[in-house]
Amino acid sequence: MILGIDTSLGSAVAVVEPDGVVRSQRESLDPRGHAEVIGSLIQEALAEASVTAAEITHVAAGMGPGPFTGLRVGIAAARTFALGRGIPVVPVVSHDAVALELLLHEALHAGFDAEDRSFAVVTDARRREFAFTVYRGIDDGGLPIRLAEPALAPRDELDAVLSRDGVERRDAERIPAALLALAAARAIAARRTIGPDDALYLRSPDVTMPGAPKRVSA
Amino acid sequence: MHVNRAEPLVVGIETSCDETGIGIVRGRTLLSNTIASSMDEHARFGGVVPEVAARAHLEALEPAIHAALAESGVALGDIDAVAVTSGPGLAGALMVGVGAAKALAVSLDRPLYAVNHLVGHIAADILDPDAPPLEYPTVALLVSGGHTSLLLVRDLTTDVELLGETMDDAAGEAFDKVARLLGLPYPGGPEIDRAAASGDPDAIPFPRGLSRASDLAAHRYDFSFSGLKTAVARWVEQRQAAGEPVPVADVAASFREAVVDVLVTKALAACRDHEVPRLLLGGGVIANRRLREVAIERAAAQGVTVRIPPLSLCTDNGAMIAALASELVMSGRAPSTLHFGADSTLPVTEIQVAEEAS
Ligand SMILES: [Zn+2]
Repeated sequence: MILGIDTSLGSAVAVVEPDGVVRSQRESLDPRGHAEVIGSLIQEALAEASVTAAEITHVAAGMGPGPFTGLRVGIAAARTFALGRGIPVVPVVSHDAVALELLLHEALHAGFDAEDRSFAVVTDARRREFAFTVYRGIDDGGLPIRLAEPALAPRDELDAVLSRDGVERRDAERIPAALLALAAARAIAARRTIGPDDALYLRSPDVTMPGAPKRVSA
Repeated sequence: MHVNRAEPLVVGIETSCDETGIGIVRGRTLLSNTIASSMDEHARFGGVVPEVAARAHLEALEPAIHAALAESGVALGDIDAVAVTSGPGLAGALMVGVGAAKALAVSLDRPLYAVNHLVGHIAADILDPDAPPLEYPTVALLVSGGHTSLLLVRDLTTDVELLGETMDDAAGEAFDKVARLLGLPYPGGPEIDRAAASGDPDAIPFPRGLSRASDLAAHRYDFSFSGLKTAVARWVEQRQAAGEPVPVADVAASFREAVVDVLVTKALAACRDHEVPRLLLGGGVIANRRLREVAIERAAAQGVTVRIPPLSLCTDNGAMIAALASELVMSGRAPSTLHFGADSTLPVTEIQVAEEAS
């Protein structure tokens, strides 16, 4: 049983069986209240799935990209939940969850020839930038194929960047934790590592190097 | 859920500034005080950079928990309660600890106690195996790079009153800024101390902030260090403008004396006004030897007993957070709900946050 946790946009938690059956999904779309809601979302997701913490075998952690402050809350929670149970964390690129959802949905409706078209999952990265990851199709392990790693682009330049390469733009407002957990389940089954160990910040911390002390005398 | 109320085994998580602290206590006994500091990463910026600190917490948390468990020889499954700092402190840094503590508590199915960082500094004293039990009421002076607070503690778990605090810089910040003025590295406290060793503390009469009769009416127990910092800067600039060398040792000693004087004077005034013959010192700046010397000497002259927790427990740490939660458990308090966040300005009167209605 896999617990999926993502706080790269809002806060999302899901419990998914290894074969992909979704047992529960809880989420808050508040882009700021991650630390407030994360504990209750996990507790509620477990309760709704009728499982105890002891029945969880893996924790899928959404590693971003996403605004730093919120993103860290979910990763910290995923790591300590796993630590408490002595189980592994499976890091997942948050955009993979969206890509997997799109690919499965399109496959079901057959309106989108996924093998032929590349698309970009696009999320708000704040500071007038978008985070985007380009995908094309699904691999033998049932995982979305990333053509390029997550990157940032200025909001008014993204469309130009994507159309140059013929990439369709797919904006996402939320990360589906169940699909994050499903991607983890497929990675586990395929014995593959699909996400990074460290948070995908994509930006260096804001710092200002101190100059010489300012004069105070007139 | 059965919780050992007699001698609870508590893990405490502290991430309010630049130290990732994991502490484990059993009742009032310290089992581990594990600290991972990101101080070195801030050195070249001359002060704590919040985003750098928060990133470091996320990376340090898991290894620090492992290290604390190994040192204390306990398994997470044995833990009776999880404790965490919910504030005050840097918001982004606090959130890492809050998220981690909540998930750990749910994962272990154990109660969670969200507590106040400043009150934690007082609780550190309980872990001193050589000290007699804490007596109430006591005045507490907490001085660090992040805070300068004067408190009246009538009971650690139920009644802490804020008497005064800094209106601008924390005392530790003033040390950092003056060190930079004098071309000394970060962190400034130990550097100023070293430079001051051969200096004359009375060489330069730097101002004592908020100490004039007119200030004392409204700010009897409040502190201000930005005027002092400016006075030091101006004095140094005038020397330089006159083409004279800057006597670094005298400037450092006189600056330090001004800080120490105002801290001790106000703390002892609080003791006198409230007729409390006890003063507890806490926070990282207590490592400053001169501050301890002056406090002990002047307190003794006034008949006030000074308590200082072990210095390893004065800097920010998780053990003090675990110790405070342990007191809450032992006094029968209900745990916190999961509905709380990081509160960067949490008032000291809120000793425990989001306590469950029982
Ligand atoms: Zn502190």
